[in-house]
Order: sequence, then C-alpha cells, then structure tokens
Amino acid sequence: MKKIAFYLILILIWEVIYKLGVEVLGIWKVYTFPSPIAVGKTLIKLIADHTLGIAIAASMKRIIVGYLFSAMIGITIGLIIVRFKYLDENFGALILGLQSLPSICWLPFAILWFGLNESAIIFVITIGSTFAIAMAIESGIKNVNPLYIRAAKTMGASGLKIYWNVIIPASLPNIITGLKQGWSFAWRALMAGEMLSATKGLGQVLMVGRDLADISQVMAVMVVMLVLGLTVDNLIFGRIEKSIRHKWGLDRS
Amino acid sequence: MSLIVEGVTKSFMSKHHKIYTLSDINLEIKKGEFICLLGPSGCGKSTLLNIIAGLVEATEGKVILNDHVVKKAGPDRAVMFQESALFPWQRVIDNVEFGMKIAGLPKEMRREKALKYLKMVHLTKFKDAFIHELSGGMKQRVALARALTLDSEVLLMDEPFAALDSQTKLILQMELQKIWWETKKTVIFVTHNIEEAVLLADRVLVMSAGPGIIKKEFKIQLARPRQLENIDLTYVLADVMKELKEEVEKVAKAEYDNDWNIEKDSILSHSDPDLGSNL
Repeated sequence: MKKIAFYLILILIWEVIYKLGVEVLGIWKVYTFPSPIAVGKTLIKLIADHTLGIAIAASMKRIIVGYLFSAMIGITIGLIIVRFKYLDENFGALILGLQSLPSICWLPFAILWFGLNESAIIFVITIGSTFAIAMAIESGIKNVNPLYIRAAKTMGASGLKIYWNVIIPASLPNIITGLKQGWSFAWRALMAGEMLSATKGLGQVLMVGRDLADISQVMAVMVVMLVLGLTVDNLIFGRIEKSIRHKWGLDRS
Repeated sequence: MSLIVEGVTKSFMSKHHKIYTLSDINLEIKKGEFICLLGPSGCGKSTLLNIIAGLVEATEGKVILNDHVVKKAGPDRAVMFQESALFPWQRVIDNVEFGMKIAGLPKEMRREKALKYLKMVHLTKFKDAFIHELSGGMKQRVALARALTLDSEVLLMDEPFAALDSQTKLILQMELQKIWWETKKTVIFVTHNIEEAVLLADRVLVMSAGPGIIKKEFKIQLARPRQLENIDLTYVLADVMKELKEEVEKVAKAEYDNDWNIEKDSILSHSDPDLGSNL
C-alpha cells in the first residue's frame, strides 16, 4: 500500500515537471520529454493492437532459449573448472575477462557466423550470461565449508555421493545468486541485440519509437522492460532465494 | 576389537628444517575404553585424532583398526567435531539420517533408527527444526545422535564441548558418560580441559608440544557415574594438573614475549604494598 502511494507520488511529480518544463516554460520540446499520461495512452494502444504482446512473446522466447543454453553451458564450465585445477589456474583469468566483456561486442561476430537472424541474438544472450554463471558455480563450490565435506567423509560418503549430497546443496545459495545474475546479464544482452538487429521483439519496438520520434513509445517500452525484469527477478529468483535463505537461517537480521 | 596406533609421525618442512607435529606415537586402545587426549593447544592432539579418523595422512606409521590399516575416513570411525558440522540445508531428522542414507538403508529403517538416537539425546521434539533454530548445545546433541547412527565401534570426538557455555557443557558431559555406558563404544576424546578429561576418561594421555609426544599416561580409576564435585576426583585432578602446567608454560613461552612468567603473572602484586601498617 505504501509502495503504491510512493509510485503515485512519483508519477505525479513527473507530470508536474512535464507541465512546467514543456507546457509552461517551454524548456523541452514535446518529443524530448514524455508525459505520464501520453506514455499510459501509448501503452494501452500498443497492448490493444497486439504490438506489445507479439514483441514480448518474441523476446521471451529468445531469452528463455538463450538462458537455458547459458545455464547448461555455464554450469558445465563451472563444474569442469572446479574439477581440474590446471584449467582453473589458466582459464580463470580468461573467463573473468570474457565476463566483463560487454556481450553486445559479440554481436558482429554472431552476425558473421549466423547471419541476421534469431540464432545471432540467442548466441549473444547465451554468451552474455554463460560466464557469470560459470564463475558463480566455481566460487560457490570453492566456498563450501570444508568441514561439511570432512563430516560427510567420516560418514562414508565419497566421490559423486559427496558432490550430490553435500557440495551441490551446500553451494546452492551461491549458485542461485549466480543464476540470477546470469539472468540479468541475459536480459541486457537480449535488449541490446534486439535493438541492433531484430525485426521483432521489445528492443525493436523501442527502436521504432525512436525512428518515429515518438518518445512516449520509447518510454512505454522501457516501462514494460522494467516491469518484466522486476517480475522475473522477484517472482522466480527472489522466491527461490528467500526460501533457501530462510532454510539456512540467513534471513535473520 | 583393537585399535592400534603404530609409530605415527607427522612432520612438515618449514624453511630450513623439519617440524614435527607428532613424533612416533604408539598407542593401544582396548574395546570399550574411554581415552582422553589432553594437552595444550598446538600439541598435535587434534592432528592425531584426524589421523585416526583418516582425514589426515600420517607422514610415517600407521593406524590399525581390527587388523586393517586405516587409509581413509569411513563410517567405522564416527567423528564429532568442535563445530557441529550439521548441514544447514537439511532438517534435524535428515541430518541424523545422513550416514544411513549414504549407506543405502531403506527409508523406514532410517527414520526409526534416527528417532531412537534423537530420543537418546532428548531432541525428538526438534526433529523437524532447521539447524539454525538450534542452540549450540542442541547442535552438538544432534551431531552426537548422527555419529551414533553409524553403529561404529569407535567414536572420535574433537573437543566437542569446547565452544559451549559451562552449564551446557556439564550437562552434556554427564550425558555422554551415560550414553557411552549404554552403547559401550570405544571413545577417543580430545580436549584441553583437564576436568573434562578426568571426569570422562578411563585413561588420560597427556600430550606435549614440540615435538608432539605422549608425555604421560594417567589411569583414572574412579567409580562411575562420576561427578565433578566428588572429592576423590578433585584429588586426581590436582595430580594431572601439575603435569599439564609445565606443558602449558612451555607452549605459552614459545608464543608470548620473553618477560612472561607463569609464577609472576599468577600473583597479584601491587606497587604500593600496604601490609596493614596503618591499622
């Protein structure tokens, strides 16, 4: 309830600034500063003519495919790196570098490989979040309290049984955080990729807004992106994280 | 059953010379005996326990349990650590069942046995609690129950009560005495607390630091159940304490500044000695 009031006030301030800056004082032009009412209207229009629905469906399809790929590859890379010390020592820095490389830099590469199509964008999404996930898996497993492993050994566990019964559950909080971070990287990569090379999707609708000098549409799509990002974050990752933290007793302040 | 420690040595190389954490330790432990390894910190008592547990490899020598040389950790030697080492992602009952699950016991059997041992440590009420909801003493109780479910002949305990407050510690010591009496396990108990050692052990092995050796052995022939306030226990205690004082001093001298002295620092002197001259 408090939150809703907070956002209502925020929108009100926005409207007041719009009225003052655009209509009364004329500091900004109409196409550089949108009003919340115009954004709302555009939003309704975009929903009504199914532009938004189609765009969201296309974007979601891409990110789900790309993210699943990156989760699979990232987890595999992470597990392999933990297992082989040689790889860790030599590949560790490279992976860190690859992770800090903005994923959109891969787009030219992807276009040359796959052409201007879905595969190129999915590739960019995958590569954008794979390394973040791999690193989270690696650090998650490395940071497992060695006491747990010792205790499990004295109870007769060894090899894969230790992995499955101790190391994986013990590193789960870190792994979930890594997956969540991977998701946000994937989301960014998706938007960047769509803005530059897609023929449908949220990023493309955003670019159409720019081409038509329709700042309301730009703003409306940005709002949608924000809401979608928050929703996935809270509803999926937030819930899993919360339940794990509760179980472990990490949520007591 | 027999547990034999034969010529166990643990050493590592520092910059120029070899440092011996343990030097030629020989032990023979009988079935059902309660052994306390007593010594100041740094004397290698935990290392010895870990070697027996199979968690640490000895540089030389071997540990033989029932005619088999110990190579790695296993459920025939249950271990209890100073921190409970319970798994925070599982409920209490699942923690207690862990060893049996690894051994592949069927579900109902596991549950039944886990409850039996949880009952022994008086924690059935908390069987569905998460680990972080338990107090320090309760955690060690669960850890004890978990160790007991392995049905091992040997129970190794590495300062299990050291992190607890003294009341809780006392209760747990009494209960351990009782559980040991009931289950007839062979216990090797590491501690730096002399009272604890005398209270619990059949034999107290006093260890000495640098290099780690077993300096002296005390047979504690007191009736059970023992209680800390018994006068004969206090008498034995004084005996062991004398032995250990030298050790503590030796270790402390290596760690503290040169001007430290156990005699000097245990007397409260005042710079203005008033011997009642103004009465």
